[in-house]
Amino acid sequence: MSEITPDLVRHLASLSRILVTDDEVEKLAGELGVIVDSVATVNKAVSGDVVPTSHPIPMSNVFREDEVAPSLTQEQALSGAADSAEGRFKVAAILDED
Amino acid sequence: MAKEPLMDFEEAIERFEVVIGLEVHVELNTKSKMFCGCANVFGNEPNTNVCPICLGLPGALPAVNKKAVESSIAIGLALGCEIAPNGRFARKNYFYPDLAKNFQTSQYDEPIAFEGKLDVEISDGQVFEVLIERAHMEEDAGKLTHVGGATGRIQGAEYSLVDFNRAGVPLVEIVTKPVFGAGANAPELAGAYVRNIRDIVKAMDVSDAKMERGNVRCDANVSLRPKGQEKLGTRTETKNVNSIRSVENAVRYEIQRQAHILAGGGSITQETRHWHEDRGYTSAGRPKSDADDYRYFPEPDLVPVQPANSWIEEIRESLPENPQQRRKRLGNDWGFSELEFRDVVNGDLLDLVEATVAAGTTPQAARKWWTGELSRQANAMELSTSELAIAPDQVATIQKLIDAGDLTDRMAREVVAGVIAGEGTPEQVIEKRGLKVVTDEGALIAAIDEALKQQPDVLEKIREGKVQAAGAVIGAVMKAMGGQVDAARVRELILERAGS
Amino acid sequence: MSELITKSACELAGLIESKEISSVEATEAFFDRSESLNHLTLSYLHLNRESALAAAQAADSDLAAGKRHSALHGVPIAVKDNLTTTDAPTTAGSKILEGWVPQYDSTVVKRIRAAGLPILGKTNMDEFAMGSSTEYSAYGPSRNPWDLDRIPGGSGGGSSSAVSGHLAPLAVGSDTGGSIRFPAAVTGSVGAKPTYGAVSRYGLIALASSLDQVGPVTNTVLDAALLQDVIAGYDPHDSTSLPDSLGSMAEAVKTAQFKGLKVGVVKQLSSDGFQAGVKKCFDDTIAKLTAEGVEVVEVDCPSFEYSVAAYYLILPAEASSNLARFDSVRFGLRVAPEGNPTIERVMAATREAGFGPEVKRRIILGTYALSSGYYDAYYGSAQKVRTLIQQDLEKAFSQVDVLLTPTAPTTAFKIGEKVNDPLAMYLNDIATIPANLAGIPGMSVPNGLAEEDGLPSGVQILAPAREDARMYQVASLIEALYVAQWGAPLIAQAPGLEANRG
Repeated sequence: MSEITPDLVRHLASLSRILVTDDEVEKLAGELGVIVDSVATVNKAVSGDVVPTSHPIPMSNVFREDEVAPSLTQEQALSGAADSAEGRFKVAAILDED
Repeated sequence: MAKEPLMDFEEAIERFEVVIGLEVHVELNTKSKMFCGCANVFGNEPNTNVCPICLGLPGALPAVNKKAVESSIAIGLALGCEIAPNGRFARKNYFYPDLAKNFQTSQYDEPIAFEGKLDVEISDGQVFEVLIERAHMEEDAGKLTHVGGATGRIQGAEYSLVDFNRAGVPLVEIVTKPVFGAGANAPELAGAYVRNIRDIVKAMDVSDAKMERGNVRCDANVSLRPKGQEKLGTRTETKNVNSIRSVENAVRYEIQRQAHILAGGGSITQETRHWHEDRGYTSAGRPKSDADDYRYFPEPDLVPVQPANSWIEEIRESLPENPQQRRKRLGNDWGFSELEFRDVVNGDLLDLVEATVAAGTTPQAARKWWTGELSRQANAMELSTSELAIAPDQVATIQKLIDAGDLTDRMAREVVAGVIAGEGTPEQVIEKRGLKVVTDEGALIAAIDEALKQQPDVLEKIREGKVQAAGAVIGAVMKAMGGQVDAARVRELILERAGS
Repeated sequence: MSELITKSACELAGLIESKEISSVEATEAFFDRSESLNHLTLSYLHLNRESALAAAQAADSDLAAGKRHSALHGVPIAVKDNLTTTDAPTTAGSKILEGWVPQYDSTVVKRIRAAGLPILGKTNMDEFAMGSSTEYSAYGPSRNPWDLDRIPGGSGGGSSSAVSGHLAPLAVGSDTGGSIRFPAAVTGSVGAKPTYGAVSRYGLIALASSLDQVGPVTNTVLDAALLQDVIAGYDPHDSTSLPDSLGSMAEAVKTAQFKGLKVGVVKQLSSDGFQAGVKKCFDDTIAKLTAEGVEVVEVDCPSFEYSVAAYYLILPAEASSNLARFDSVRFGLRVAPEGNPTIERVMAATREAGFGPEVKRRIILGTYALSSGYYDAYYGSAQKVRTLIQQDLEKAFSQVDVLLTPTAPTTAFKIGEKVNDPLAMYLNDIATIPANLAGIPGMSVPNGLAEEDGLPSGVQILAPAREDARMYQVASLIEALYVAQWGAPLIAQAPGLEANRG
C-alpha cells in the first residue's frame, strides 16, 4: 500500500507552490500512489556499492573565464514581466519574515 | 515588536554555557557573476546587470566562473581547510521572489573546502581556536524593496519590487563548528572572528570586504545550556548582521534573552531572528519547519569541480600573509606604543605606513604623517586615507626633505596639500610654490640684524641667561623671511651673536 | 500536392544550390500547405511567415553572392516550441508561457539561422515535453497524418506530424525519454537523439537536464545526418556540452557498409509487451540484416527492467526544480486570487492555473522523490540504476557494434485511449528510455507497417556514447534495404492529408 496520503500531497503541493483543491488532493493521492508503488522497484535493483550517476557523460572542471559579457537592457529584462515599476519587477507583498 | 525581557549578562554567563556558531557570507569581487557574464558591480540602475541566466529565463544554463572557484579555494586555504578533490554544485530548492530560478545554486554535501581552523585573538590577548566546518560556493539573490507600509519593512508593505543586479554574484559561505568555552567573551569573539575573516579576504583581494555594502555578512547562531549539561541547547540563528559591532551586540542580546527564558522555565524556539541595528534587539522570524526541506540534489547543469593539486598549490603560493600575524610582526618591528599601534590599525593604515617605511622613513615619521596630517586631510575631504591622491613614496620624499633641513614642517604640510590638490609631484609643488628653505645666510643675517636693531635689549637678556628672549626675534625674522627659513638655524645665529 | 513538398531536405538543398528553385519558393510552398492543412494535424502552434521569408530572401541573396552557409542552405525547417526564438513566441506547449517572446535565441536556433535555414514556425508538443502523445499540450493534440484519429507520438508530435505530413521538410525536436524517436516511429519518419552533450541545450526549456537532448526529425536518414551536422557542436553556454567534435554524420553515412557489422538484440526488449505487428516488423529487419551477412547476437541487459522506474523518478525530480522558475515574476502568466493576496498565493494560483494535470503530477512526484527522508530510496537509487544500465551497455557494446530494438511497443494509438492512465502512457518509452539514462545516441528508422493496423513501425539503433556516426551508418543501411524493397522511403506510402481537407 502506498504511503501517499492526502496530507502528504497537500504538503508536497505547498512545497511546490501549487494550489490544490480537496478534490484534486484525493485524485492526486490515488494517481501518485500507483506511480510511486511502481517506481519504488528501483530499490530492488541496487544492492551494495553502486556509485550514483548524475551526469551521463563523465566530465569535470568546465569553467568560464572571468570576463564581462553584455547584459540585457532594463527594458528587455522587464519585457516579459506581468508587472513592473521603477525599473524593477513588481510582486505582491510577501507574507513571512520580519 | 520590541525588546524582550533580558537577564543581566554577567548572571547569564554565570548560569549558562554559551555555544556560538557563525556563518559568514563573503561576496567575491570577480569581474563577472558566478554563472554568467554580467558585471559584478554595485550600485547600477536596477535590472541592467542581468541576462537570461541570472534572470532564470526558461532554457538558460549556468557556466562556472573560474576566478570565483579560484578565490573560493584561496579562502579555503587561508582558513587552513582541506580542498575537496571532488566538489559539486547542488540545487537548494525554495520559492522566494528574489531567487530567479526558485532554487539557489550552492553546494551541499561536497563543498569545495572543509575542516579548517582560525586562531582569533581578542582584546585581552586571549586566543581562541575557531574550527571551520566548511566553506562553500554559492550565488547571491536579487534585492527586494518593500513599498508602502510605515517602515519600508516587509510587514505592512503593499507590494515589493525586485532588482536582480545582485542575483548570481558569487558568494563563499564559511561555516564554523560550534564554538564552546568562550563564556563572557563570546560576543567579542564573534565580532573578532568576523573581523578576522573580513581582514583575510580583504588582504587576499578576493572581496571588497565592505560590510556596510553587504560584502561580508554574518548569521550568528547562539544557544545556551546549563553548565555541565552535555546536550546542546536549542539555537536561534540571527540573520544578516552586517557590522562587527552588531555581531557583538546581537550575540550578547541573544545570550541575555535566551537566559531569561530558560531561567524562567521556558524553552527556546528554533527560529531565524532579525537584528534591528537601530534599536539593538532581535525579533523572531520564521520558525524552522518542514518548509525548510530544501530538496538538495546535484546540479545537473554543472559538472564536478576537481581541482588539480598543482592548481591548489599555485593558489597556496600566492596567498598573502595572514593579517593577524602580519599585525603582530609589524607591531614588533615598528616599536610603537600600544596606543600608537592601535591608531594605525584602527585607521586602516598598516599598508600605508608599511609602504612609507619601505620608501625610507622611520616608522615613527611614517606613523605621524598618516595618523596626523594625512588623516586630517582625508577627513576634511570625506575620503578614506587610502583614497588620498598622495602615494607613500611621495610622503617619504617629503619627510626626507624635512630631515635634510630643506623643508620646514609647515612647508612640508603645504607640499602635501599641493600634491593632494593635484599640483604634481612633491618636487613640482616645491618648485611651483617656491617652497625652499633659504640657504643664503647673507639675507638671513641681514634680517636678524634688522630685527635686533628693533629690539636692542634682547642680546643683553640672552647674555644674562634669558635664552627664551630669542623667541621674539625669531618670530620677527621668520615673518620678514616669509617663513622660508629654518627656525632652528635662526635661533642658532641669534645665540652666536649674543656670544660674540 | 506540389512536387516540392514531398522532396527530401537534401534534394531541396540541391535544387536551391543549383538555383532551380529559390529558398523563398521552397519556403512559400511549405507555408501555403501549412496554412491550409495545419488545422488538421495541429503540427504548428505558431507559423512565422514574415520572419521565415525574410530569412529565405537572405539565403537566396547570400547564395547569389556565392555564400552557401551549410549543406542545407535555404531549406526551411520547423522548430519544437521548447527552443527559444526571439522572433516567435515560445510556450513549450504550456498556458503558463502563452505569448512569451524570449529575449534570446537558443544555441540550436542560432546555428540553424547561421546555416541559412528559414524557420517556418514552432511545433506543438506535450506541455513541457511531458507526454508521449501531445495530448498533454495545452493547445490541443497534434494528429497523425497516417490516421487523424491517432496520436503522432510525443512529446514531439508537432514535429513528427509536420515532417510526415509534409508541412516541413525538416524539424528539430528534443528527446528526454523518447520524444524524438517514439513520434518518428509512429509517423513513419526518422528521428535521432544524439549523444548527450553533442547538441547544446542552451535555450532548450529544460525538462530533465541530465536526460534532455536536441536532435533531428526528418523523412530520411541522410536528412537527419545533415541536420545533426548543422545543430551539433561545442557550446560554452552549456557546461555539459561535449568539447570534442563527433565528426560529420553526413560524411559517415556515405561510407556505410554491412561488412564486418555485428549487431545485438537486447533480450529484455525483443519479446514481451510488443504489439504482434511491431514485433514482426522487427524480426523482418533482423532477417534482412542477416541476409546481408550481418552477425546478430542476443545481449543481456538485466538492468533495463528498472529503467522506466528510474526514469520516472529522475525526470520528475529534475523537472520539479527546473519548473520552479515559472512563478509569475519575470515572465509568463500571472494569476492573482481574489482579495489582497501575498506573492506566495499569487505564485500558487498561477502555477495551479498555468500547469496542466500531468505537469502538476510530475512536479509533485519529483518533489516527493527529492524530499528529505526519501531522497536515498528514490532519487539516489534511481541514479544508481543509471550506473547499472551504463554497465550493462558497456558490456553489450564490447560484444557488438550497435544494439537494435523496436522503437515503440505499439503503433500509434487512438487519441484519448491512454490519456487517463499515466502508467500505461509511461510504458510507451520502455525501449527509448535506456539511451537517455546512459547518455548514448539512439535513432528510429521506419521498418514497415504493422499488419494488423497498417500503421508505421520503427526500429531503434543504439550506439555507444560519441559513436553517433556509427548509428547513422547502420540506420542508413537499414533504410536502404527498405527503400530497395518499397522503391521509396516509407513516407511515400502515407495517405495524403488533402484527402481530409474540410
